[in-house]
Amino acid sequence: MRVGSASSSLTYFRVGIVVIGDYVPHPWIPNSYIKDVLMKELGISSVLDLFNDVPGELILKRDLNVGYGSPLAEYKLVRHFDEIMSKNRYFFKVPPFLGGGMCYHYVPAVIRHIANRSEFYTAYTPYQPEMSQGITQALFEYQSMMADLYGVDIVNASMYNGSTALAEAVRLSVRVTGRKHVVVSRSVHPELAEVVRTWSEPVGISIHRVGYDKETGQVDLAEVEDYLRKLKPAAVIVQTPNFFGIVEQELSRISDVAHESGSLMIVYQDPILLGVLEAPGKLGADIVVGDTSSVGSGLNFGGPTAGVLGIKDAEGRLLRQLPGRLIGYTKTLDGSEEGFIMVLQTREQHIRRERATSNITTNSSLEAIKSAVYLALLGSEGLRKLGEAIAGRTQYLLERLSEAGMVPAFERGVYLREVLLRHPDIARIRSYLKSQGVYIGPLVGRFYQDLSDCCLVCVTERHSREDIDVLVELIKQLLGGG
Amino acid sequence: MKVFRQAKWGEPLVHEVSIYRKSGILLDDEFGEYGKKLLSKIQRVVREGNPPLPSLSEVEVVRHYLRLSQMAYGVDLGPVPLGSCTMKYNPKICEELASDRRIAEAHPYLDEEDVQGLLEVVYTLQKWLSEITGMDVCSIQTPAGAAGEFAGALMIRNYHIDRGESYRDEMVVPDSAHGSNPASAAMAGFKVVRIPTDPRGNTDLEALRAALSSRTAGMMLTNPNTLGLFEEHIVEIAKEVHGSGGLLYYDGANLNGILGYVRPGDMGFDVAHLNLHKTFAAPHGGGGPGAGAICCRGALTDYMPVPIVDYDGRKYYLRYDIPRTIGRISWFYGNIVPAIKSFLYIATLGPMIKEVAEVATLNTNYLLKKLETLPGVDLVYGHGRWRKHEFVISFEKLYKETGVNAEDVAKALLDRGIHAPTILFPLIVPEAHMVEVTETETKENLDRIVEAYREITHTAYRSPDEVKKAPQNTSVKRLDVVYGNLPKNIVLTYRQLEKRRRGE
Repeated sequence: MRVGSASSSLTYFRVGIVVIGDYVPHPWIPNSYIKDVLMKELGISSVLDLFNDVPGELILKRDLNVGYGSPLAEYKLVRHFDEIMSKNRYFFKVPPFLGGGMCYHYVPAVIRHIANRSEFYTAYTPYQPEMSQGITQALFEYQSMMADLYGVDIVNASMYNGSTALAEAVRLSVRVTGRKHVVVSRSVHPELAEVVRTWSEPVGISIHRVGYDKETGQVDLAEVEDYLRKLKPAAVIVQTPNFFGIVEQELSRISDVAHESGSLMIVYQDPILLGVLEAPGKLGADIVVGDTSSVGSGLNFGGPTAGVLGIKDAEGRLLRQLPGRLIGYTKTLDGSEEGFIMVLQTREQHIRRERATSNITTNSSLEAIKSAVYLALLGSEGLRKLGEAIAGRTQYLLERLSEAGMVPAFERGVYLREVLLRHPDIARIRSYLKSQGVYIGPLVGRFYQDLSDCCLVCVTERHSREDIDVLVELIKQLLGGG
Repeated sequence: MKVFRQAKWGEPLVHEVSIYRKSGILLDDEFGEYGKKLLSKIQRVVREGNPPLPSLSEVEVVRHYLRLSQMAYGVDLGPVPLGSCTMKYNPKICEELASDRRIAEAHPYLDEEDVQGLLEVVYTLQKWLSEITGMDVCSIQTPAGAAGEFAGALMIRNYHIDRGESYRDEMVVPDSAHGSNPASAAMAGFKVVRIPTDPRGNTDLEALRAALSSRTAGMMLTNPNTLGLFEEHIVEIAKEVHGSGGLLYYDGANLNGILGYVRPGDMGFDVAHLNLHKTFAAPHGGGGPGAGAICCRGALTDYMPVPIVDYDGRKYYLRYDIPRTIGRISWFYGNIVPAIKSFLYIATLGPMIKEVAEVATLNTNYLLKKLETLPGVDLVYGHGRWRKHEFVISFEKLYKETGVNAEDVAKALLDRGIHAPTILFPLIVPEAHMVEVTETETKENLDRIVEAYREITHTAYRSPDEVKKAPQNTSVKRLDVVYGNLPKNIVLTYRQLEKRRRGE
């Protein structure tokens, strides 16, 4: 057998033409130590007997070529993995100013501590609620806190992430209205818009893009109103702050026009700024969407996070069509205790099959719970202060940049957390900064041809005054003062 | 006698924990009035006052969620034999290494040159999964298995459209399939055609032949199927489906029982998804996040979602130039953390990974052999056949003879410290228990499960009411699913609960 380089005798058993390597047992597979006992119980002499219904020509006659040639002892795995990870560049002089849907927010230790509880992370979907009250209650709390924060009636128990939640929101709006057009602002994150397109087109949904105001960076009001009146779409999607970092200030007006046309208003909004920005549900949004990266999930090279999907639904029209799991309150059969269970499962794939509201099965419960833990930690005042802290950094960044003679791309817009810098030499600025250990980005020319001289700069609570000063001084140095 | 008792904290909702306003987070005040200055520029969309959230201190938050965690139950506490869920043990080293700060702090828009280690892991995992499935290429962009199904269905759809055969709008799905298969097919715009299962537990070949036509886009199949039985006619099925011009989709949820023995590509499948959180030991997180992979071969490789991680001999990079890509299924690059856990899992086992299938299959058949002789228990399909990753037993007889149904038996298992299997699925088996113990359950535990079932079925014949009272030892007693689902009773948030309590 083969463990690392340890040479022990290699044994084979042979059935027909099949030769299978016989490995020593592995600690992760306890009964690999007693295969003979189980085989005896089953009255077989070879495990291959259990595969006697598999056509012989389909049985793989060699070992899979996976891993590193032989099983790895744990200490070898650790060393090998460390070698690979050391190929990442990780230490930066200042926290990166990278944005574009995910920012360098802090994830408090409490969240990791709770998420590392085995009872949570090794559990399955709460199909047996009596044994899973911890999970159902935590998810009920998540639904409750998110619904309050976004100003809506109902938030489901999570989607995969913000992008698929938005795609599902679009499909939801189409099912509810019976209409096939959807209007998406060009200032919505381009990757979100791409995901929406992938998930919509096969069922005949047409996506229409509306532009942004060249001065304010906000969605072009005249254009969006025109589209709403002309197309009478299922929904209009606006993101705030939008991909450029601009706060959309006309949400109420857009939703009024949308509702006049019988359309639904979908607002995509990062939860972390909801301490200072009004709840979209209060501004007329019918469907709200967000992502938990900023509130406990962190970066992790883009995932996993949880997708927030919520609805305002006085008449119950949207609820019946809502995808994803929902946790609801109930009582014990004897009426003596309260508890929480998955409800309205007849909307879901395991019961409704091809008529389900979505195919979603596994969702993102643990990330949802992490965001609930963070929101509970922050509390009402904490979330507001965090929003103010981010706003303060944004303001300071803008003022310092303006001293350096740098103006943002949309001069009349209000930026919050992210700022879109415009400069003819933007790529050179970015690489110079990076060479000095200061990271900005992404360059948005990869998404917008008309913004090829623009780059996002993102500040979070982790950036100090000195960090921003370093950034600005470096730009000044490069551009020869300002 | 040792008795199981789950923690019962009587923990209030987080909204009710704290009376006085506190915060669990200390923030700096470095930027003073700058924040207010910026916010004053915003019109109409500024929040007045604080957002409505509970306000707890750190210690209250920790205690609250720790208590909740003790009222949850996962693989680290005991067996979770949920069928088709592959609830195997999640090795701790994978958890520890995947929480590396070099992963946690990696922004998705870092330049490729700065994330070569991460890209190498993803690329290597893609290669290994291609080898495991016998496919040409794999992507881990799909955040879960069902997202992989949707991606695969879209690829099949676009393939036919590009060949001028957009009239192929039917997806064939056996009646034993996971519900996500027909749901994914419908999401991609297909009509679903159902095929029955024959008494040996195979797809009914005659019915399949009759269903295939020039409108067939493809067939979605899981093999072994949800009965745990290997599809004996898979070669003929592939021939028939391909002969009709359709493509064959592999649902990888049940791969665990044949891992390293039989590969989807060798069976004739054109496209497959894998559930990294099932077969490859990433944890389920109380329902998610998981991670999916989508793999395919031949002409379909031109349709893969973007981006995919590639290697040019010098460096790893994100590749977007896939000629007929279906586009992005999700933003960024997939659920990286669980994917890394699966990478570490495969790296550890290496070529001995087929030991997984061997022991999973041994465990399955050992447990079935012990259970099928219990009173009131029946096997419905495929008598005398070996199961692979799971098996399904029926309690219809028990129900008819004692009034104790599959759900009652499940609840009684909870009282014995064992999570119940998947129940009442697949729908073609009445009063079903679908049991998958995986390769990580010990024989000692399998015997405990047998003992528990034995005790429950015998009790059912002796005093059925005793079983119907279960569970008694869990955090709460049997919950009223009907009450919680009545339209007038639907309560999905604390706000609605407060209203209810006020009698509104």
